[in-house]
Amino acid sequence: MIRFLLQRLLATIPVLLVVAVVVFLLLRLTPGDPAAVIAGDIATTEQIEHIRESLGLNRPLVVQFGIWFGNVLQGDLGESFFFRKSVSELIAQRLEPTVALALCTIVLAVAVAVPLGVLAAWRHGGWLDRALMGFSTLGFSIPVFVLAYLLIWLVSLELGWLPVQGYQRLEEGFGPFIRHLILPSITLSVVYIALIARVTRAAVSEALTEDFVRTARAKGLPERRVLIRHALANAAVPIVTVIGIGLALLIGGVVVTESVYAIPGLGRLTVDAVLARDFPTIQGVILLFSVAYVLINLAIDLAYLALDPRIRY
Amino acid sequence: MDTPLAEVATEAAVPAPAPRAAAWRRLLRNWSVRIGGALLLLLTLLSVLAPWLGTVDPTLIDPVNRDLLPGSRAAVVTLTGESFEHRFWMGSDSYGRDIYSRVLYGGRVSLVVGIAVALLSLFFGLIVGLTAGFLRRLDAVVMRVMDGLMAIPGILLAIALVALWRPSLPTVILAITVPEIPRVVRLTRALVLSIREEPYVEAAVSVGTSTFRLLYRHVLPNTVAPLIVQGTYICAFAILVEAILSFLGVGLSTDVPTWGNIMAEGRLQFTQYPHNVLFAGVFLALTVLAVNILGDGLRDTLDPRFSRESSNYGRGDRP
Repeated sequence: MIRFLLQRLLATIPVLLVVAVVVFLLLRLTPGDPAAVIAGDIATTEQIEHIRESLGLNRPLVVQFGIWFGNVLQGDLGESFFFRKSVSELIAQRLEPTVALALCTIVLAVAVAVPLGVLAAWRHGGWLDRALMGFSTLGFSIPVFVLAYLLIWLVSLELGWLPVQGYQRLEEGFGPFIRHLILPSITLSVVYIALIARVTRAAVSEALTEDFVRTARAKGLPERRVLIRHALANAAVPIVTVIGIGLALLIGGVVVTESVYAIPGLGRLTVDAVLARDFPTIQGVILLFSVAYVLINLAIDLAYLALDPRIRY
Repeated sequence: MDTPLAEVATEAAVPAPAPRAAAWRRLLRNWSVRIGGALLLLLTLLSVLAPWLGTVDPTLIDPVNRDLLPGSRAAVVTLTGESFEHRFWMGSDSYGRDIYSRVLYGGRVSLVVGIAVALLSLFFGLIVGLTAGFLRRLDAVVMRVMDGLMAIPGILLAIALVALWRPSLPTVILAITVPEIPRVVRLTRALVLSIREEPYVEAAVSVGTSTFRLLYRHVLPNTVAPLIVQGTYICAFAILVEAILSFLGVGLSTDVPTWGNIMAEGRLQFTQYPHNVLFAGVFLALTVLAVNILGDGLRDTLDPRFSRESSNYGRGDRP
């Protein structure tokens, strides 16, 4: 067990290293002087000179990477000259809305998709099954921002039930906080629901063909118990895996959703940074999202140990 | 296969159709292929034939005609001074441009980007995947690099690359292609590794077939079907990402008619004129839907191994 943990942790290191190299190279691939690019359009010559000095831009690329990576490990993601702040500080400020939105979306998506997937597998080929498969193809095809505008138009403008845009911090009260998150979470969860429901359906229908399900039914267990304790429990591994892999999708969706709903989170920050060509911030956000993605998937791999006692590494 | 003898006899009497013709027939019998293909054909024709479908110059700015409601008629004055009566089927935007014309022409960008990204990522992914699958010494290194690339959420990487290179049609296509390549590599490598174990490959190796011929004659043809299926999903995703880039204002220049740009322009007055956003949105969603349905149909007919049970096969983390 300990050996497996260590192996899995070690396997994560090269992945993170490649991520770091790619993010580092993003800036060096830009045509022009990296120091000037980092400083942005409004920097003075002294500032550019200072950046060149502190990042060792006159030295070989490997040394530059070493300096940059050392800084990153110490939590120093550089300086955003556009926002006039350190990138870490900027990210810390924008973290709460994004985490809140992501958590709401995941909870909503899992709560809707898993029961739907189980029911569709239970009545394989029935109307619910076909409706769900149709919905999921539709869910994969409708762009996040089209859906966002449809929902805003229907729920906020026509019915007036929820605020159109904006974000309220949690400290200003739970009611307004959650009211501002409902539409964005629904918007973002549709693709995710489509993905998780499909995989749940496939995994549960496979489990339902197993002998132990026949045994469970033969000994007269209620169908609900067969479905949940026997079929779903045995289908847990692929479902949890796709929840983890789907996070990549969620992160992409966050960028769009936050823009449409004017939520001041990391996604909005990414777009602002790209429009301002603020590369230190772009690098910082991408690094953060990728590392979070890798670590969450690592945690999920480790969670298999708890979910599936058959897996003994 | 347990076929009764009588049937074998009758089958033998009729010459069996060539495998390729049989595959085509199976394809065209599939309803997903029919519906998806027909819808896609229609949308392609609309954008290709746009100049003959009652459109005007999609970039023609005319302040007099701004914010017209769908269906209104108004005089259009072209840059050469000609004036004629034009019906704005989908209304006009806040610059007085005809949305109907912009939506039809916008389809061209989406289709070109979708097809180009699919072809390019299949091409590069296939080369790297074949290499990794066959030259085992490179495999570990190549796959670690691919794992690392895949850990960066695709849309974010595309956004960053476009920001780097400054947006134009080729850079947008490349920026969407790069995050797709590792996913194709992974699929190709998995296919190669399983094909390598097949008896016919073993037989070919044992009679001394060269590596190149082995790849070209025995391995490559067997990767085609899954890769075509993968290609359609990549195409659908690329169309979505291009629209997202344009919509966020980081894609093609705002005067180019793309569905994302039309929606980005329309969002500013969404509360008064929702049609600006919705027409382009519907066309975008329909196109992606058509490609996805076609992909599902192709998967069910070309690559039936995985189709029924694992219905998410081939998509990975791609919607």
